[in-house]
Amino acid sequence: MGGSDLNQPMLKPVLIKRLRDFFAPVPALAWLAGILCAVLIEYQWGDALAVALYLPKVPPLFGATLVLKQPLLFPWAMLFVCLVYGVPIVLIGRLTAGPANRAAAALGRMPVWVSVLLHLLLLYIALHIWTETSDYRLQVAKLIMIAVMLTLSLNVINGYMGEFSCSHPGFMALGAYMASVFSLLLFKADRVFGAPVLPEAWGPYFFPLALAAGGMAAALGALVVAIPSFRTRGDYLAIISLAFMFIVKSAIENIDAIGGPRGLGGQPHWSTLPAVFAGMSLCIWIINNFVRSTLGKALNAVRDNETAAEAMTVNTRRTKMVAFLFGAFWAGVAGGFYAHEVRHVTPGGFGIQNLAEVLAMVYFGGLNSVVGSIVGAVSISFLSEILKPLLLYKWIVIPLILILVMIFRPTGLIAFRDFDPRRIVGPRR
Amino acid sequence: MSLLQVEDMTHFFGGLRAVSGYRLSIAAGEIRGLIGPNGAGKTTIFNLITGIHTPTKGSIRLENRSLIGLRPHQIAARGLGRTFQNMLLWRHMTVLEHVKLAHYAQLKYGLAGAFFGTRLCRAEEERVEENAHRLLETFDVARFAHQNVTQLPYGVQRRVEMARAMATRPKILFLDEPTAGMTPEELVQMIGIIRQIHSEFKVAILLIEHRLKFVMELCQRIQTLVFGEVIAEGTPEEIKNNPQVIEAYLGKEEVA
Repeated sequence: MGGSDLNQPMLKPVLIKRLRDFFAPVPALAWLAGILCAVLIEYQWGDALAVALYLPKVPPLFGATLVLKQPLLFPWAMLFVCLVYGVPIVLIGRLTAGPANRAAAALGRMPVWVSVLLHLLLLYIALHIWTETSDYRLQVAKLIMIAVMLTLSLNVINGYMGEFSCSHPGFMALGAYMASVFSLLLFKADRVFGAPVLPEAWGPYFFPLALAAGGMAAALGALVVAIPSFRTRGDYLAIISLAFMFIVKSAIENIDAIGGPRGLGGQPHWSTLPAVFAGMSLCIWIINNFVRSTLGKALNAVRDNETAAEAMTVNTRRTKMVAFLFGAFWAGVAGGFYAHEVRHVTPGGFGIQNLAEVLAMVYFGGLNSVVGSIVGAVSISFLSEILKPLLLYKWIVIPLILILVMIFRPTGLIAFRDFDPRRIVGPRR
Repeated sequence: MSLLQVEDMTHFFGGLRAVSGYRLSIAAGEIRGLIGPNGAGKTTIFNLITGIHTPTKGSIRLENRSLIGLRPHQIAARGLGRTFQNMLLWRHMTVLEHVKLAHYAQLKYGLAGAFFGTRLCRAEEERVEENAHRLLETFDVARFAHQNVTQLPYGVQRRVEMARAMATRPKILFLDEPTAGMTPEELVQMIGIIRQIHSEFKVAILLIEHRLKFVMELCQRIQTLVFGEVIAEGTPEEIKNNPQVIEAYLGKEEVA
């Protein structure tokens, strides 16, 4: 009797430890194999299984969207998820751990980019098969990846450099409009700009250029905010950047040449899954390279103590400027992807609600952390999709969750974590 | 020829004359002390020379080049390293990152290198890391390399700060109260560390201190500052017996 009382509090940690030990030797490669298997199973037998489990169709987002819409179907959706994803991923992941570890070790002898590219390729294939089943799923996946870029770019400013910038929707709007104008003017016949200048078929090859133009426009906007606001610190940047966001919005509303308040539509559908995936991977790679380099660590020094940073030869003004323009650039690129995915942008779409969303992603996921940003962007986007039936009330739930996170983990879920691709693709044990 | 030459430096904070007519000339490899009661303007002098404030009047020359108007990081890169009275470590960074970052001005790669992780960037990072490890060994803090600085004991933090300052490759090092808040044993250690820096790196040192015993032990020449003015300058022996210094520290003897 007494023994069971003593054992009670021990049970949970032991279980967690056992589970952890069980999964510890599974490398990323084995997990990817499991995920590939799961998506293939769903692709092959998903529909049949859904029918057997009384589901109208394959649940698009792991059944999560059913929680509020059709709660009675939710248990069946959970069962579906367990059978299609849970069991195969766990089984295949654990069973292939041995060979996968050997493969990862063999890849480890080659340059690290070979291994990283292979992992990304496998991930992309899984994503591609997974998004084949529904267009809704496809769009959600793309928007989540765009959100990851946006969150990461804001984390550079708010997390790594520790300033509080509120102008990210503004930068995104600048990028979205600039990229749209680029593609509409040059490659597409539309209401606003008329006939295209260049043959339409060339268009997709110029998409990177359109995105870069969007990024540059956003960086230019950032320069406008940075010059006056970096003479002061803290709250002033927050206020100025917030003002900048509204200025961008009303400026676009008042330029009839780009559609005014009605917005700009009819962009070519260039934000395909591979394009967005490649864009996101590139964004993560470059930002991660930067923040891990000594040049990028200067951002942290500026945040933690600027005087000391100056005394240690760090050019703080340049550092702050670079971080700000760099963050804005990627926000602009994300905006460009966004415009070519939803294919209709309005100035009203880049407002305070957007700001709240991206700030929530950064602070929920964790400051000063690439993984945190990815987790934050994915989970808040997901939550946002689940809570869609609540309409405006979702803006009561998400902030509440954010408040809870701030109480229990003030810097976010996975803050101050180093993201080392070499370790992620490497073998375990 | 002197390494650092300060002539007639005067500074006002509004109507307050914080430093007036300050002169200093340090030769390579010298250890100098700057003492004085609280509020005498010692730290202000450091801040003026290192560029945090610009003096109202006067000239500051390092190796015969003027430092007036340069930003602090430029002055630091010219070879003027410093520590701070309250250390100013970066609280979210590890010991190794501290020392690596102080190599900032010596990095040979640019932004593009950092973004794309070019070969030059990787080679430079490796060189900096090696150098940082060597410095950590010198200051006997290598075993804390991957720890966050805020978790370390006070004495270790002090040594980390010194290692960080030395990573900027100073020709002259300013130490602002390096023994503040230290126990007597740590103080003795600190004397050893400063001697070691001096002999190993061949730097000149300017030291601000409260504890006279410490300054007397280390410095070849000492200046005494009171209300922004140097009231006495000389060898430790001369300073110890200077009636003005005694007055500044202990007050005037009352006639009973």
